[in-house]
Amino acid sequence: MMAIGDMISCREAFGKALVEAGERDPNVVVLDADLGSSTQAAIFKDSFPERFYQVGIAEQNMIGMAAGMASVGLVPFTSTFACFTGRRVADQVSISVAFPRFNVKLLGAYAGIPAGKTGATHQAFEDLAILRAIPDMVVICPADGAETRQVVLAAVEFEGPVYIRSTREVLPVLFDDDYKFEIGKAVTLREGEDVGLITTGIMAHKVLEAADQLQTRGISAHVLHLPTLKPLDVPAIIDVAQRFDWLITVENHGIIGGLGSAIAETVTEHAPVRVHRIGIRDHFGESGDDEALFTKFGMNVEHIVAAATAR
Amino acid sequence: MSSANGGVDAALVTRLEGIAANARQDILRAIANAGAGHTGGSLSVTDILTALYFRVLRNDPERPDWPERDRLVLSKGHASAGFYAVLAARGYFSREEFVENYDTVDSIFMGHPDRLKTPGVETSTGSLGHGLSVAIGMALGLKAKGPAAHVYAVLGDGELDEGQVWEALMYAGTHKVSGLTAIVDFNKLQLVGRVDETMSLEPLVPKLQSFGWKVVECDGHDIAELIAVLESAREDADGPVIVLAHTVKGKGVSFIEDQVAWHARVPTPEELQQGLAELEVK
Repeated sequence: MMAIGDMISCREAFGKALVEAGERDPNVVVLDADLGSSTQAAIFKDSFPERFYQVGIAEQNMIGMAAGMASVGLVPFTSTFACFTGRRVADQVSISVAFPRFNVKLLGAYAGIPAGKTGATHQAFEDLAILRAIPDMVVICPADGAETRQVVLAAVEFEGPVYIRSTREVLPVLFDDDYKFEIGKAVTLREGEDVGLITTGIMAHKVLEAADQLQTRGISAHVLHLPTLKPLDVPAIIDVAQRFDWLITVENHGIIGGLGSAIAETVTEHAPVRVHRIGIRDHFGESGDDEALFTKFGMNVEHIVAAATAR
Repeated sequence: MSSANGGVDAALVTRLEGIAANARQDILRAIANAGAGHTGGSLSVTDILTALYFRVLRNDPERPDWPERDRLVLSKGHASAGFYAVLAARGYFSREEFVENYDTVDSIFMGHPDRLKTPGVETSTGSLGHGLSVAIGMALGLKAKGPAAHVYAVLGDGELDEGQVWEALMYAGTHKVSGLTAIVDFNKLQLVGRVDETMSLEPLVPKLQSFGWKVVECDGHDIAELIAVLESAREDADGPVIVLAHTVKGKGVSFIEDQVAWHARVPTPEELQQGLAELEVK
């Protein structure tokens, strides 16, 4: 069990949760495209070697095999980086998994900026956009290790394709045991009066830090976390949109097609309000220290604070 | 299983040849009616599917979800008209229902197979290169979870251009995945031209063998040979078997046979009548 403040990466929590899922459900199997030690899916192999399939650097075949396994009642998890699940196998995910509605759980690890200094090729800034656009796909982007664990277990309980995004950074646990993750439900992390901050994934950490700094300046920030980007918690978004005249979205992803787009689309339809989107602004990434890149790309705590005070 | 045709009963072969001829008529009628469809590749795969669904593949049209059934993935999903025609002949739905509703809104007969719509369709296909991977997953899944059943993947020869096919071939060969038979409808043509002029597959047999597969060649229009080869392949417990079924694209209709232009051409009313006449069972 994890306690608030424990240091753990989403990827490690993911690997450990796979073992827990495997213990609960004998149908859970894992397929890995030669990245299991990075995605941490390989932890599963130690406990269930006969239920772990190493497919080599062949992501297309991996996705198809997972679809076939799901068709006969297994619950396959596929292990590769977010850049590959989003870009390289978009067609296999769409046509072999989602279209026939097979019960495959797709991992996208090393998502966004913190991809181990690998740079543009391995930094997925469009995976959420691509996965969101695929019909019947559930898209989940957890904030910390505790939520990641619950997401994995909930994905096994859910019948249908699910995309789970994980990250590499070691971060403090935000959620305690009282927290109950539910697919499609937004979570209010902090009640506030002056400005609405909406976040997903690990950016919750930066948004909460920004909210602390805003508090010292006398600005009360409301923080809504959307672990599920699809299906969206539309009522929760409308509620926030009706309470604030300006929303700020913060995501470890491009502003095209991810959280910012989803919020803008939703409020435009239901409760028009100005939306300021913080995220990658239509460019490729680069190698470097994670925090230096968050700063360079205008996505760090200071940028959230600046956006919230500049209105 | 001793003669040249593996001892396949002659009366059965004659009956299946008649069923295949009728299925080809249904293919022409459905495509003419819809004004769309892949005529050449549907006509080339008809005998393969007939041999499978009427003899080799364990299936029951009354119970499409029967857990012990064998699975077939039509990876060359564009040959849906051929697929539906044989499934209709087998009794999964009526022949007229297919012919009248192919490619129409709200029907169960999409241009490419949709498993959520059509009984007997195990998975949705049409994006070439996907099916063999799915079939491998089915075979491994059935092995892990049961019940024991055989899995077939039917690919086009042009489809072998897709890199994913070779990922799948390498995986199944390396891991000696048994309970799996791949069949290539080797009709030598693809959309824009001849396969050997588009991107040569040769030397295909040693290439496939070097990927760890047992390779068998046969006449893809000889029902008796198809049955013998396919029944023998399913007994092979050592690893995956791939059958190169040599076929003629557009088989059965003189002016469609081996014509690149008939990949997805629709017969005119006159062509339809001539084609139906040529396919009439004597």
